[in-house]
Amino acid sequence: MLNYLTLIFICQLAGEAFVVAVGLPVPGPVMGMALLFAGLMIHGGIPEDLQKVGGALLANLSLLFVPAGTGIMVHLSLLTGDGIAVSVALVVSTVATIAVTGLLMQFLTARKGSAKSDAE
Amino acid sequence: MPSDLPADLKDVWVYLSASPLLHLTLTLVAYQAGMWIYTRGKLNPLLNPVLFAVVVLVAILLATGTSYETFFEGAQFVHFLLGPATVSLAIPLYRQFHRVRESGMAIAVSLLSGAATAAISAMAIAWALGAARTTVISIGPKSVTAPVAMGISDNLGGLPSLTAVMVIATGILGAALGPLVLDAVRVKDWASRGFAMGTGAHGIGTARALQVNEIAGAFSGLAMGLNALATAILLPLLWALFF
Repeated sequence: MLNYLTLIFICQLAGEAFVVAVGLPVPGPVMGMALLFAGLMIHGGIPEDLQKVGGALLANLSLLFVPAGTGIMVHLSLLTGDGIAVSVALVVSTVATIAVTGLLMQFLTARKGSAKSDAE
Repeated sequence: MPSDLPADLKDVWVYLSASPLLHLTLTLVAYQAGMWIYTRGKLNPLLNPVLFAVVVLVAILLATGTSYETFFEGAQFVHFLLGPATVSLAIPLYRQFHRVRESGMAIAVSLLSGAATAAISAMAIAWALGAARTTVISIGPKSVTAPVAMGISDNLGGLPSLTAVMVIATGILGAALGPLVLDAVRVKDWASRGFAMGTGAHGIGTARALQVNEIAGAFSGLAMGLNALATAILLPLLWALFF
């Protein structure tokens, strides 16, 4: 299992290095995800121990946001008077974004699916 | 530090609060209490465990007069695992890749529409309600994963630390409200639900999606990565166009 944990770290490290070197606007870990994905494609499967290590990390993914989330308290004072405007904007915009993206995606994939079954 | 403690208890407190173990343990306990309520509540999104843990921890830190820096000395060990966990999102993505490949066009269109909706609606509402210019800029990349959002904000003349607050708030809001919104507009397809969560609420939305369904989790992780790229390229263009 240690070998696959190391592999995940290597992917992240390589991702960080690549992003800095190329000046790409994505975070190093996201680039690391792309690298691990490429590795899985080449390998043609997911090794059992990688599944165990990665699965354990992903099973607790929401825990990992708690430290950063707690950091909100430090910066709330930055809102200086814009608190209400920001709250309204965040709620409305987040709801709208999720609705628009979900509806479009479902509409476009369903249409493609039915077009395919029409052709068959 | 609570000042009304007896002297010997105070010594124990001083000793413990200087060690990272205390705040690391507090983080784990608060989260697991949140998870206990969340699972008891049948994964009701409004009982989001991140929201619960953050509220509890902030209350404890304020009540004990503990600085965030002291807290983070312990919590950083949890925070550190965020990178490796993000890398691990390649695993569900690989397992669901046959579905991703089938819907390339739908993904591109939904992503761009979602990214534009997120940035334009947030900035327009904040602006219309009279928010300061720096606030309007800082809210633009709020649906993007934190490190990229802070970079975009900085480039446009926003306040990266303010953007970080908005990003986290958006993630928690999206994780708590997103599933209800998707139910309301009758989006039932797991891939579409996940893709919407990742586009609108980055990693925190992805964590929620993964808890419910693996297909949703895979599409959410993909959307999070793609939206970081799309917003980083689009937002500076939109900003130049409209303001």
